[in-house]
Amino acid sequence: MFVLVVGGGKVGYYLTKELISSGHEVALMEKSSGRAEQIRDEIGSVVIAQDGCEGKYLHEAGANRADIVAAVTGDDEDNLVICQMAKHHFDVRRTIARVNNPKNEALFRHLGVDEIISPTRMILGSIEQDIPVHELLHLAALGVGELEIIEAHLQPGSPAIGKVAMDLRMPKGCSLFGVIRGGTPTPLRGDTVLAEGDKVIAIGRPDCEVELREQLIGEPAEV
Amino acid sequence: MKAVIVGCGRVGAGLADELDRAGWQVLIIDLVTHAFDRLPAAFGGTALRGDGTDEDTLRRAGADGADLFLALTEGDNRNIMAAQLAVEVLHAGKTVAKINDPVRAEAYAHLGIATMCRTNLMTTAVLGFLGQAVPERPGIYLPQQPRTHVAGASGAAGAAAIPAATEA
Repeated sequence: MFVLVVGGGKVGYYLTKELISSGHEVALMEKSSGRAEQIRDEIGSVVIAQDGCEGKYLHEAGANRADIVAAVTGDDEDNLVICQMAKHHFDVRRTIARVNNPKNEALFRHLGVDEIISPTRMILGSIEQDIPVHELLHLAALGVGELEIIEAHLQPGSPAIGKVAMDLRMPKGCSLFGVIRGGTPTPLRGDTVLAEGDKVIAIGRPDCEVELREQLIGEPAEV
Repeated sequence: MKAVIVGCGRVGAGLADELDRAGWQVLIIDLVTHAFDRLPAAFGGTALRGDGTDEDTLRRAGADGADLFLALTEGDNRNIMAAQLAVEVLHAGKTVAKINDPVRAEAYAHLGIATMCRTNLMTTAVLGFLGQAVPERPGIYLPQQPRTHVAGASGAAGAAAIPAATEA
């Protein structure tokens, strides 16, 4: 597997090191020559001191034979351009972009980036898991992001409490598949009666959320 | 008619002034306030400090549904991203991104954005002035295909067809 990493910050540096140690062929592009030299001293000649946003240098770095291009610079706009150039001009099968502004995720996906990693979103998700909220929690995105795994914590006021699962009106493209009760996960069957405190796990398209929230969360209860 | 200009450099400020005089409703955005010193005192449009690649900023500024969107900052990639946001999310009308790297300028025209390349414009102008043969490199690349491009459009031309980049 030949992986082209663009951006020699902390993420690009450790990523390159890990990839090398697991036996992959790697090239790392870093436009700052000072930083590139520093990394080269440590991990060797895989470092290319050029701007990975430029078509010419991508070509020289072997983008046309890369299996994966990972754009992990600190700038969203650079990562977008790197992935688009890789995808549309070098026919790279899989492109991965680091995204800082969570708002950019949808745009990047729409513009053809295969995989989007958002540290902001991940940290946010982790924080949200510790805070009791009357909201749906996003646990993970599946595949190219068309589906999400969502958790709904049933709290007082939820219209789903006391109902059997098969009586819930689920939006199209959304499916409930599990419930965590008292820390024990169990598959959700049609005759499972939902109770307060249950954590219901659903898989669905992002556009199902409004209805899912109506069915499982309802109006927040007075605290 | 509403025009949004991202980047208040000489070109951005000049165009903002011209469009304002011609009766357009002009909104100009730049990351630094002192860039707006380039605008004439009589400028009647709106100048806003902010990041023109940030969807929230653009929406708050009222860039939604602009008839004209010009991305004219010093950063090629910032311009590319602002222009794509304008087209895909804000449904702007005519959209032009300044891209000084000729390779990217041509590449993004193939992805459906009108691009303007200062490197080509100046090379052509200087060679013309010297009376030398001018290579066929347009200053503005028109969009090569409809904007349904994005997902799955493959670089049919392939890497080999990409012309060598020239330094700006």
